[in-house]
Amino acid sequence: MERLKVLKTYKVYIGGKFPRTESGRYYSPKNAKGEVLGNICFCSRKDIRNSVVAARKAFGGWSERAANNRGQILYRIAEMLEGRKAQFIEELILQGSTKVQAEKEVVLSIDRLIYYAGWCDKYTQVLGSVNPVASSHFNFSMHVPTGVVGILADQKTSLIGLISLIAPVIAGGNTCVVLASEKLPLCAITFSEVLNSSDLPGGVLNVLTGSCSEMMKPLTTHMDVNAMIYSGSDKSIVKELKESSALNLKRILHYDLDWMKADSQDLYKLSDFQEVKTTWHPIENIGGASSSY
Amino acid sequence: MSTQKDRLSLIIPNFKESPCVDKVGVEERVARFQTRSIKAEAKAQGLRMALNMIDLTTLEGKDTPRKVKQMCYKAQHLHSVCPGLPNVAAVCVYPSMVGVAKKAVGDSGVKVASVSTAFPSGQAPLSVKIMDTKFAVAEGADEIDMVISRGKFLSGEYNFVFDEIAAIKDACGKTRLKVILETGELVTLDNVRRASDIAMYGGADFIKTSTGKIQPAATMQVTYTMLQAIRDFKLKTGIQIGMKPAGGISNSKLALHNLVMVKETLGEDWLTNEWFRFGASSLANDVLMQIMKAETGVYQSTNYFSKD
Repeated sequence: MERLKVLKTYKVYIGGKFPRTESGRYYSPKNAKGEVLGNICFCSRKDIRNSVVAARKAFGGWSERAANNRGQILYRIAEMLEGRKAQFIEELILQGSTKVQAEKEVVLSIDRLIYYAGWCDKYTQVLGSVNPVASSHFNFSMHVPTGVVGILADQKTSLIGLISLIAPVIAGGNTCVVLASEKLPLCAITFSEVLNSSDLPGGVLNVLTGSCSEMMKPLTTHMDVNAMIYSGSDKSIVKELKESSALNLKRILHYDLDWMKADSQDLYKLSDFQEVKTTWHPIENIGGASSSY
Repeated sequence: MSTQKDRLSLIIPNFKESPCVDKVGVEERVARFQTRSIKAEAKAQGLRMALNMIDLTTLEGKDTPRKVKQMCYKAQHLHSVCPGLPNVAAVCVYPSMVGVAKKAVGDSGVKVASVSTAFPSGQAPLSVKIMDTKFAVAEGADEIDMVISRGKFLSGEYNFVFDEIAAIKDACGKTRLKVILETGELVTLDNVRRASDIAMYGGADFIKTSTGKIQPAATMQVTYTMLQAIRDFKLKTGIQIGMKPAGGISNSKLALHNLVMVKETLGEDWLTNEWFRFGASSLANDVLMQIMKAETGVYQSTNYFSKD
């Protein structure tokens, strides 16, 4: 007798839990061959609301966590992903990649996580500065995370585009709400399962699936979201993003990159979601080289 | 409104025979209140009503006159960005802060409630409790929130509890008296019902769930049991008693569920801040955020609302 298929229920990831969408709706995206990828949650604005609350709640703890510990956790995510490579390759192939492409994408995703894991306890030293001032102050600038970041993930890729956007954001101590690729959502959900087993505190990363056009508005107008990223080339989305972000002056970043390229990762992706804090610390007048001691 | 005279003419029942509460039934009934579909317009109205029923509260050892003044300012200017909002019903403070609060609220219509009788434990001799109450009344408190002696209640000395409430009511004079049962310490719903009966016959104008210092505080089960007691008391004596759930109601959804429960248990007569209050400190901001969400269509952030 043929064994009954055990199909996976794809759920969303909010606050470290896997609920179904609040709306109860789902959609069934298909690949190029017409095969159904799965029944995927078609999220609503209320899921956005819940995710932002979760992300805000997680922000304090995550941003204040020791930098090297954040690095360890990012590295742990990469380790977990390494152990589940085969599953991701399978999903990428189902979503239309060739085997070679799929393997390359998964390996690159792991390496990218490790790249940003390494930056966690180094970026503040590299980006920060001690500034010359004309008074008796010790003046220095350091980078602190922006806050809750909304991410409209890359629509063209399932895994690498997602990881390339979230890794620098969470490495820098931000928390985020991600809208996965509408047509290629599988890896985003499976990646949430990886996150859930890798010491990342619940709420730091929240993953939703569904229609970008429907959920963009509540996310980009949300007063408690501090920044938005869009990856893609749709001019109308960029325009809408800019308009709604003006409400509370969100920082907006727009990348139109090929995430499979090695040079699509750098320190500036991380510093894009950092605010510069400058401190004036009064000190005794210390003589310089030219002073007359 | 009843006078103490009406109350004195009542025949006092045997509190040992207070009705038993069907816990499973209460839980099921309460679950129903949480499934009512509330449409946008009703919600908007409900939120404003809830806002107008809040007793903004600060009851901490570290309260300072400045902190109290700030809270009183907030009570009168909830969110100036949005004109036309109602004020909260009252501010609730310790007796030592009543004078400050009274001056700060002025003639805005916001009432000043004061906890008394050795709040929150109530572990003091009656003479001290009476003095505490008289002090608050003399300072100008509009309402007194007393605590019952839970220790005495739990050891079955119902008459002691009853007499104490009656004595405090005397000390209050015309000031309205809320009686805090501290249901988190009463263990069973049967006890909650019995304590409600004692308080109402003893002279309470309001019964109130909790001090806010003990968990669990105002669960819907407890509030529902007290609402039933109020309904029965009204049917029996014709005297209307107010209700104040306090502690644990921190979001708008819960507040709306409570309003639904009041309406369906007691009816519309209780849906004013004369007869129903929320004792809460963080509820106001959540309600304001919901109101602003409805007005602007945009999800709000706590960053844009004043702290208490």
